[in-house]
Amino acid sequence: MDIYLLEAVMNGIMLGGLLALLALGLNLIFGVIDVVWICYAELVMGGMYAIYWLHAVYAWPFLLACVAAIALVALFGLLMHRLIIEPILGSAPINQLLATGGMLFFLQSVATLLFGTDFRNVGIRLPIIELGDIDLSFARLLAFIAAIVGAAGLYLFLAKTYLGTAIRAIAQDREIMGLMGVDPRRIYLITSTIGGGLAGLAACLLVLQYDVHPFIGLTFGPITFMICVLGGLGNMFGGVIAAFIMSQIIAIVGYYFSVEISYVLAFVLFIVLIVIRPQGILGR
Amino acid sequence: MIDARIAAGIGLAALIALPFLLPTYFLHIVIQALLLGLINTAWSFMGRFGLVSIGHGAFMGVGAYTSALLWNLYGVTPWLGIPAGMVLAVLLALVIGYPCFHLKIVGHYFALVTLALGQVVALLIIAARDITGGSLGMTPRAVGTSVLALQFQDRTQFYFVAVLLWLVVLGIRAWMSRGMRRAALEAIGEDETAAEAAGINVLREKLWVFVMSAAVTAAGGSVFAQYIMYLNPETVSGVGVSLQIVFAAIAGGMYSALGPTVGALLTLSLTEGLRVLFGTMLIGAANTIYGILLILFIIFMPRGILGVVDGWLRRRPQPQAAPAE
Repeated sequence: MDIYLLEAVMNGIMLGGLLALLALGLNLIFGVIDVVWICYAELVMGGMYAIYWLHAVYAWPFLLACVAAIALVALFGLLMHRLIIEPILGSAPINQLLATGGMLFFLQSVATLLFGTDFRNVGIRLPIIELGDIDLSFARLLAFIAAIVGAAGLYLFLAKTYLGTAIRAIAQDREIMGLMGVDPRRIYLITSTIGGGLAGLAACLLVLQYDVHPFIGLTFGPITFMICVLGGLGNMFGGVIAAFIMSQIIAIVGYYFSVEISYVLAFVLFIVLIVIRPQGILGR
Repeated sequence: MIDARIAAGIGLAALIALPFLLPTYFLHIVIQALLLGLINTAWSFMGRFGLVSIGHGAFMGVGAYTSALLWNLYGVTPWLGIPAGMVLAVLLALVIGYPCFHLKIVGHYFALVTLALGQVVALLIIAARDITGGSLGMTPRAVGTSVLALQFQDRTQFYFVAVLLWLVVLGIRAWMSRGMRRAALEAIGEDETAAEAAGINVLREKLWVFVMSAAVTAAGGSVFAQYIMYLNPETVSGVGVSLQIVFAAIAGGMYSALGPTVGALLTLSLTEGLRVLFGTMLIGAANTIYGILLILFIIFMPRGILGVVDGWLRRRPQPQAAPAE
């Protein structure tokens, strides 16, 4: 096997971990509240700026900056649900998507106003791991591991705790759960906070690999939505599988042709798959 | 009804007089507002029936790049290039729309499919950088004033082209809103299954509005690029443009005939006003305000500015009519 192709495949697996992590929080919100946060990637961008600012400018230790960023984005998720989604929860789902579209514009332009359009780097260089002839980025490996741990943690939380069970129940039947003594409003707020926190976690790992700029969300946002839908809404496992399929397409096609063509194929595949399997690749 | 006719007459007279009264700079904004307004209107063909696309940049891009590339590479006049772009946009709408509507992909699923479509077109434009110039954009070959090339040095001439096209699109909207067809589409927007049960061919009706919307958007994209004389995947395609179309249509009022144009005028004056007031220092300020306004509009005024105005106009005659009974 071609060594460069092998490297592309390995990089694809790493990218898959990152995309899976990104899809995780969005998937939770999509599945439970039935709302698409179209500004999800912009929340991640906000988290990246928070880490950059705290670590590179105010010289906080990196891990402390990460914890602060996760808390900050989680709080943002909570507020966004409380102030924007909750008042229009009863209207057509598309309105909620569009309202978060307004948030997308807002976050992008606030970032432009505050930080300009410069690319900013936290200045942490992680080592490259050499596996035989293959070079692997440690930052990507870290993202991959964090994605797997994050997905497993979320799975355990949803499967084993009372709150997790309530969240899954709400996702299955919104109407009846109110009668069973679960307060949907509280569950939604908790879900939004967790979703925001996961965006913050993704920010911690992305900031190690990419420079921050106000429009970074547009580069990986759309593909994240596609992964969520392909995996089947609220299906964590499906989301992870879909992330790896998409990332392999991007890596391998990108290796043979070009990055743009690889993304084009990924989006075309999404359109084809949603049409033949609207319930997702692992759908019931 | 006489009131409406007088209003239309005054409006038309104002439209004709406008270019002779306005300074060039304002005329430039009005032309852009008309062209973007007709694109927003095309979006609202579907939007007002609950068929929300967040990838209309795809059709704009297909239209703009088809006519510009045909002109630059083969010297084909935009008079043929624009219809060619419209045909391509219609084919694209059919390829996407038929399976989606056939399999009842609605709401935010449909929105995400259109988002993917918008990405596909924008990325293809970037990937074909040998002929499109990629992210750097391209310029249609300039030949001075030429009707054949649809290029005018004098803004007033282009203004009349824009007004004419805009009126045609308003006419199409009115034609599409007649009688049974509109009722059928409204029924589909309310409840698709019930509409189907009532004997409405849901698939055909939805395809019809999607195709019309795509065709007009492509034409609008072409003419807009022809006016600006510059094409860039970011400005005539992609997520940003697609969302701006949605915002302008909603803010202006997608249920009113003039609403989407009012939306275009609003967004353009916001951008230009802030630019003139603060210069480039506050780059991004306009979008900050857009963002907040979009959220507020969706929460408090989902029918948009003209939707609210329409509501007032309709309420007013009632108290006058009451004593007569």
